[in-house]
Amino acid sequence: MNHLTEEQLVLAYYGDIDRDVREHLDNCQQCQAAFAREQRLLNGLPEQAIPERNENYGAEVWARIQPQLEKPRRRLWRGWWTLAPAMAALLAVAFFAGVLTERQKKTQGFSAGARDRVLLITMGNHLDRSQILLAELVNAKPGAIDFNEERTRANDLLVENRLLRLAAVRNGETSSAALLDELERVLLDVSHNPSSLSEPELEEVQGMLFKVRIIDSTIQEKRQRL
Amino acid sequence: MDWTDLEAAAEARKGDQLAFRALVERHSRSVFRLAFRMTGNEQDAEDMVQETFLRAYKQLHRFDGRAAFSTWLYRIAANCSLDLLRARRTRKEQSGTAATDGDEKKTLLDTIASPAPDPERIARSGQLAEMLEPALQQLSDTERTAFVLRHYEGHDIEEIAKVLGVNKGAAKHSVFRAVQKLRRVLEPAWGTAQ
Repeated sequence: MNHLTEEQLVLAYYGDIDRDVREHLDNCQQCQAAFAREQRLLNGLPEQAIPERNENYGAEVWARIQPQLEKPRRRLWRGWWTLAPAMAALLAVAFFAGVLTERQKKTQGFSAGARDRVLLITMGNHLDRSQILLAELVNAKPGAIDFNEERTRANDLLVENRLLRLAAVRNGETSSAALLDELERVLLDVSHNPSSLSEPELEEVQGMLFKVRIIDSTIQEKRQRL
Repeated sequence: MDWTDLEAAAEARKGDQLAFRALVERHSRSVFRLAFRMTGNEQDAEDMVQETFLRAYKQLHRFDGRAAFSTWLYRIAANCSLDLLRARRTRKEQSGTAATDGDEKKTLLDTIASPAPDPERIARSGQLAEMLEPALQQLSDTERTAFVLRHYEGHDIEEIAKVLGVNKGAAKHSVFRAVQKLRRVLEPAWGTAQ
């Protein structure tokens, strides 16, 4: 084996070397001399001068943070009314996308106009709420956002999004289906994200926000016409 | 009440603020030490202590007790401080006053190292210690974090890799680069002060 590199000598000081490197060091006088120099240098590194904190410091910190503490978030604490729009949307989408499409004869009582209206309203509401979530993510300062809340909302939107996408596919609305497909991937990323968004992910969210805004405004216009 | 860290964390997760208070009072000083080592600034370290405990409180449900509470808490503190260092670096870069990573730092490093200080004078006056913080400030955020956690805080490479979000090889290399840069700045005084 070759003599230890400068990097291996430094890592050897911290004990972060493999067994074969350690064996070489144990048996090579030249490397031992180099390692001894490295040891002298690193042992001689001064301590950082850290300002002292007194015995009451913990109590002082508590006094500062206590007013800022909220109750730990729990999903079940959310009032049922906050879930009402999502539930209504799910019912509407499930009704049109699932049950009715498989039993088309029974749906003949609905006019095409009424069905389109319900779907447009549902889609519009879904895109509105997606827009809010995406905008919050884009505008959040690093570290300032409670990602648990965003993940929960992204999860709710994800379920709804899947059903809407299926409905769009079945109705032959390819552009809506493509948008929802893209949105689904972004929502999936957010719902699985551990703590924050990377730069490329943030760019993706920004791009998605722009597209959602455009489609949403088109849908609002259609709704008004209907 | 005399809770262990695990018990206090479990009670705090249920919403017991007294339990969380016990954790804050127990760990504030060591979190401050870590934050100061990483930021090199007293006010920033104070801010990081607060931010660490606020984040920890929000994320308590994610603490599963497999690692010690202190390990989990220090990881949050290290992440908070790393975020601050990165934000500070970005602000400096935007205002055009800071050098960037790598060779562009050479000028600043050389500025500190080049006056070839008299070793005896340095040894006598303890300037080596005074040179440490300016030297640490010349490291990149990643290098400083890796070095502080390894050299001063004694964290293992795996833990450092988790904080930095890199693999173990990259974490090791960051420690090495930090030592290499510090040596360039401090060695004239460092070697003779032995």
